Amino acid sequence: MAKVLIVDHEKCTGCRICELVCSVNKEGAANPAHARIHTVKWEMEGSYVPMFCRQCVDPTCAAVCPMNAISRDDYLDLTKVDDALCIGCRACISACAFGGVGFNQETQKTMRCDTCGGQPTCVDFCETGALIFIDVEAVNLRRQRIAAEKIRAATR
Amino acid sequence: MSLKRKAAIIDLTTRAFEIKEIPLELRKKYLGGRGIDAYFLYKLIKPGIDPLGPDNVLLVSAGLLTGTTAPASSRTNIGAKSPLTGLLGSANMGGFFSAELRYAGFDHLIIQGKAEKLSYLWITNDSIEIRDAAHLKGADANETQTLIREELDDEEIKSMTIGIAGENLVSFACVRTGPKNSGGRTGMGAVMGSKNLKAIAVRGTKPIAIADPKGALRYHKELIEYIHTSKYTEIMGKWGTNFIYDVTNSTGLIRTKNFQQNQFPNSEELECEELEKYSLGVAGCFGCTMHCRHKIRLKEGPMKGQYDEGPEYTTLGAFGTEVANNKLHKALEGNYLVNKHGLDILEVGSMIAWAIELNEKGLLPKALLGDLDLSWGNMDAVLKLTEDIAYRRGELADILADGPKQAAARLGEGTLKYNIQVKGMSALQSDERATPSLALGLATSTRGADHLRSRPAIDLYHLPEQALKAIYGKEGLSSDYRDYAGKPWMVTWQERIYAIVDALGICKFQTVFLSPNMPKAEEYSKLIKLITGLEFSPQELMEIGERIYVMERLFNNREGATRKDDYLPDRYYDEPNPAGLKAVRGKYIERDKYEEMLDEYYDLHGWDSQGNPTSDTLERLGIQTEAGSLL
Repeated sequence: MAKVLIVDHEKCTGCRICELVCSVNKEGAANPAHARIHTVKWEMEGSYVPMFCRQCVDPTCAAVCPMNAISRDDYLDLTKVDDALCIGCRACISACAFGGVGFNQETQKTMRCDTCGGQPTCVDFCETGALIFIDVEAVNLRRQRIAAEKIRAATR
Repeated sequence: MSLKRKAAIIDLTTRAFEIKEIPLELRKKYLGGRGIDAYFLYKLIKPGIDPLGPDNVLLVSAGLLTGTTAPASSRTNIGAKSPLTGLLGSANMGGFFSAELRYAGFDHLIIQGKAEKLSYLWITNDSIEIRDAAHLKGADANETQTLIREELDDEEIKSMTIGIAGENLVSFACVRTGPKNSGGRTGMGAVMGSKNLKAIAVRGTKPIAIADPKGALRYHKELIEYIHTSKYTEIMGKWGTNFIYDVTNSTGLIRTKNFQQNQFPNSEELECEELEKYSLGVAGCFGCTMHCRHKIRLKEGPMKGQYDEGPEYTTLGAFGTEVANNKLHKALEGNYLVNKHGLDILEVGSMIAWAIELNEKGLLPKALLGDLDLSWGNMDAVLKLTEDIAYRRGELADILADGPKQAAARLGEGTLKYNIQVKGMSALQSDERATPSLALGLATSTRGADHLRSRPAIDLYHLPEQALKAIYGKEGLSSDYRDYAGKPWMVTWQERIYAIVDALGICKFQTVFLSPNMPKAEEYSKLIKLITGLEFSPQELMEIGERIYVMERLFNNREGATRKDDYLPDRYYDEPNPAGLKAVRGKYIERDKYEEMLDEYYDLHGWDSQGNPTSDTLERLGIQTEAGSLL
């Protein structure tokens, strides 16, 4: 079954190891600026929200791409870019509501999460379990269990 | 790549700067961070200069592995001649600052001179700008970071700042980054203040190429898994260093009422579990999976609603046991104030506890006190005095703001003996009367009384001799923390491993400090190879650690330090522990045995009887003491 990357926000400690290991895996260099995941922080309040490509089912990035370089693989639940077709117009970057697409000045190509081919490095290193890679159709089960715990406790 | 990071030499007086390569030879001898700082301090600072004058040199350094795939590699080292001790100034902080500094292309900032007016440095991708900071004058250490982000319109900027204490040249003002991280010790904030330097703001997007990316990732993961096999990691992740309180207080190893007691009864509120009432969760420094910082919100009193991070073991001492306060919320208020104003929490707590004892003994002139009821547990007075020190408001605060030695000079000769300090710097709230190894480390540390230079903390764990041999590589080390046998060896070993991690930019919480099951030279040898391509054997790394320590020792000796500066306050020898478990009750440091330990400690280093490295030792370590510089 296809899997999707989600966040348990309460568990994020803001350490940014996700950015670090993503960049090393993808670029061979430590450089959070080129990571496919970025933890947006309100540092002085202790709030942290990791952001990345959401692999939209109906991606606006694909809709605006004049070269049809962006396509959707429903089986893998991935939004893919054909770099050979990409003209670097950055329309996709403007269109994405989540800021899930970045641009690499060196390669002149866009950058986005490809879930490391189904084994995301960020998830592997996220010790607290804030980042979760989970079956698409089971995505709500964890949340259900957490909520259900409260109902269970109240009704026992 | 990691070795391509540069050093920037910035003269604030002339506003000129130059950017230089870091010679490979320097890397091979000192790695980076605190190691290269030790070298620069010795080479660049002329003996006898005024620490608060323009001749002092401020060093801000990333570790060799900071910002890369080494566990917990977030650390920044800050160096200068210390205004607190007149000797080596050296502080180390976590957070996100120096990873960003490296992404901006720099490993070392060498800051000289003095800006004409309050300024800040803006460093981004190989560029350096000195900017006006008039609008930041008087802003606290946290506000300053926010104001810079707003001014430059970039939320990703990381800044190292000073608060009001640094601006006012409080001799134990610290440097700050994020809501909590602090380069706390030896008054580096005052050095920044003396240079009219309010902040250093950095932002970088340059890659640090990894020599073997796949191998480095694999080994990084392997080490994280190893680190998480330790029970200690789980406890640190839950309670932070606050967990130490429960252990040392129940045993009788905690400095209470300045130094009158070694246990604080009826202090259940200070036990780590109480933090749950205020905690909003935990936070981690760059790339750290241990996440030992608590996020808290104050719930009552004049600071109600304020956000703060990281009440630590030191908080529970400085604003707890030392001043005899058993209310956690009051200690948290103290924590908030020192973070805001940029004060070294250890020093401020120690100075106030000392003042309370002096007052109790009738050694503080009434005129200095005014209306202030400076007595044990009176937190209104303690917190007021804390802020007064930051602002240097009133004569008493102004005196205390100068640190133990200068304050004692103004308060009278008989007062210094009550201050728990070595080389002019106050100690952590631990009480080492029952633990000779910890006492030796405290007294010989290169930056004054300190627990992060050489403390063999695992000596407290009663590890079997075989386990000690496996870690320390030597037979006959006593597993009884009250013994003197073999302890100098343990101290010298720890000096080296701490110097290595400080040079690599790795956090001490993830080496052999509070747990024996943590990475050490063997692991660092592999990490350095995978990340930088440089090859060092574990033995070579330990020798680098020794070289760093000797450079620091040379700096101190050149400023006049000798054997006489490697002793504890007299109270350690003269006042036996009044409380605690039977194992520690009545214990004190025996003078003759201490002398023997010190002799052995010097021998192990190849130093003479006054603590001067011999010429053979300098030759063995390849240290040249003459002028000249590799940069």
